Amino acid sequence: MFSFEFMRNAYLAGTLIAIVSGIMGVFVVARNMPFMTHTLSEIGFAGAAFGIFIGWTPLNGMLAFTTVSSILVGELSGAVQSRRESVISAISGLFIGLGILFLSLSNKNSSYATNILFGSVIGISHQEVIQMATLSVLVLVVLFFIFRNLKDDSFDSVGAKTNHIHAALISIVFLVLLAFSVSVAAQIVGSLLIFVLLTLPAASSKYFAHSVISMMMLAIGFAIFGVWFGLYLGYITNWPVTFFIASIEAVIYGSALLYNAIANKSK
Amino acid sequence: MSETLISVQNLSLNFPNHQVLSNLSFDIKRGEFLGVIGENGVGKTTLVRVILDQLKPSAGKIKIKSGLKIGYVPQFRNVDVEYPLSIKDFISLNFTGIKLPWLSRKEKQKVQTVIKQVNLEHISKRPLGLASGGEKQKAYLAQALINDPDLLILDESTASLDPNTKRELLDVVLKLNKQLGLTIIFVSHDMQVIHEYPDHFLWLTKNGYTTGPISELHNDSKEGEYV
Ligand SMILES: Nc1ncnc2c1ncn2[C@@H]1O[C@H](COP(=O)(O)OP(=O)(O)O)[C@@H](O)[C@H]1O
Ligand SMILES: [Mg+2]
Repeated sequence: MFSFEFMRNAYLAGTLIAIVSGIMGVFVVARNMPFMTHTLSEIGFAGAAFGIFIGWTPLNGMLAFTTVSSILVGELSGAVQSRRESVISAISGLFIGLGILFLSLSNKNSSYATNILFGSVIGISHQEVIQMATLSVLVLVVLFFIFRNLKDDSFDSVGAKTNHIHAALISIVFLVLLAFSVSVAAQIVGSLLIFVLLTLPAASSKYFAHSVISMMMLAIGFAIFGVWFGLYLGYITNWPVTFFIASIEAVIYGSALLYNAIANKSK
Repeated sequence: MSETLISVQNLSLNFPNHQVLSNLSFDIKRGEFLGVIGENGVGKTTLVRVILDQLKPSAGKIKIKSGLKIGYVPQFRNVDVEYPLSIKDFISLNFTGIKLPWLSRKEKQKVQTVIKQVNLEHISKRPLGLASGGEKQKAYLAQALINDPDLLILDESTASLDPNTKRELLDVVLKLNKQLGLTIIFVSHDMQVIHEYPDHFLWLTKNGYTTGPISELHNDSKEGEYV
């Protein structure tokens, strides 16, 4: 299977996505942002459609839209937690509408839309893998520098208030990193199912690991397992890879919940 | 004479619809164990927030010794049963700043030291979400100790604890006060423990306040508890 270039590219890209998703996912779950992640992926869909419409690559279109909207959400919702959900809904609706508009304006056939929404293995060129790698490294480098403050704000936002960690700035930077991660992850799993990789592995890991670094390691492991195994099953069955990845991650999450229920009962 | 860490002069604070603190004056000296008492809603947390520089007084002054390091245990925390971090890892969250993601050896030693100080060695690897109310409060206390504060502020840390657990926590605080000379502000509406632990009191009421050494704290509700 690795004699095909597109499979080599898919494995390379998938591994990168799994690493970034595992690490970012731990913060997404701790900050209670699965909904925001899902919305960013819908915005990514609009961005990809816009990219096609004006002749960019879908990835660049996604990057532009998700980055701008993540900053908008951060600025509009501010510190009011309860307002955030409504702001997200409004922005999300607007962008999905735009996505549909751009797709119909650009006169592309509907397989383009399917690729963006559900992901596609075949579509990834070597050049795109390099761009994804650059973006992933950028996300990881920024995370490295803000790690301690982001960790404090994510896992103890109340206590962090007295620690001078620049929580407002940290939140915006995190949203932009999330926008990048979503755009990268969409290339394989599609924009509809990004949250599968950005939330489920991390949500599963917290039942087994109890430090931030070990949760990240485990989440990366769950994500890589899903991506590798999903790509393989997709290759031999010709069924959509996304289906397998989503199912594997859902089974892992279900098992983690079951494990937790049993472990708590026996205490 | 020990040095004055905080000096409050004629301090008042108004929220848009009502006045909470009015014309308050008192000093906190190094090594003091100050109990701040008063009914719910009287302005205890508000006073703490002024000391933490999160709120500006409407009138009057607050002078804080420059460079004073404050460890703070807030009244409310968002920790539910699924909170994943171990007690040890929760405590080390307070090592913030732009540094390497992992802890240095010195930082790890400090974590061990504070865990010992609050008697949590036996469960330091347990997830905080699964700890009991008293253990959680000890973990919060340990986290506040990690950066070697001069002053420790506890806001209603004993409010949800049963009498034995309450004493266990306050014994730890008293030990820090006596052995390390740590200055303490302990906020509570529980009269019983206020008589037992602090050496000074600041009693806030709706109409004013009284303050002084604990021996001067007289009231009818010594046995009771404000609700
Ligand atoms: N940010 C705020 N804006 C308006 N009112 C407030 C604010 N914070 C507290 N209050 C009010 O000030 C009063 C004192 O609150 P607080 O200091 O929390 O009381 P305590 O800690 O003594 O129970 C309460 O009536 C509360 O509703
Ligand atoms: Mg209060």
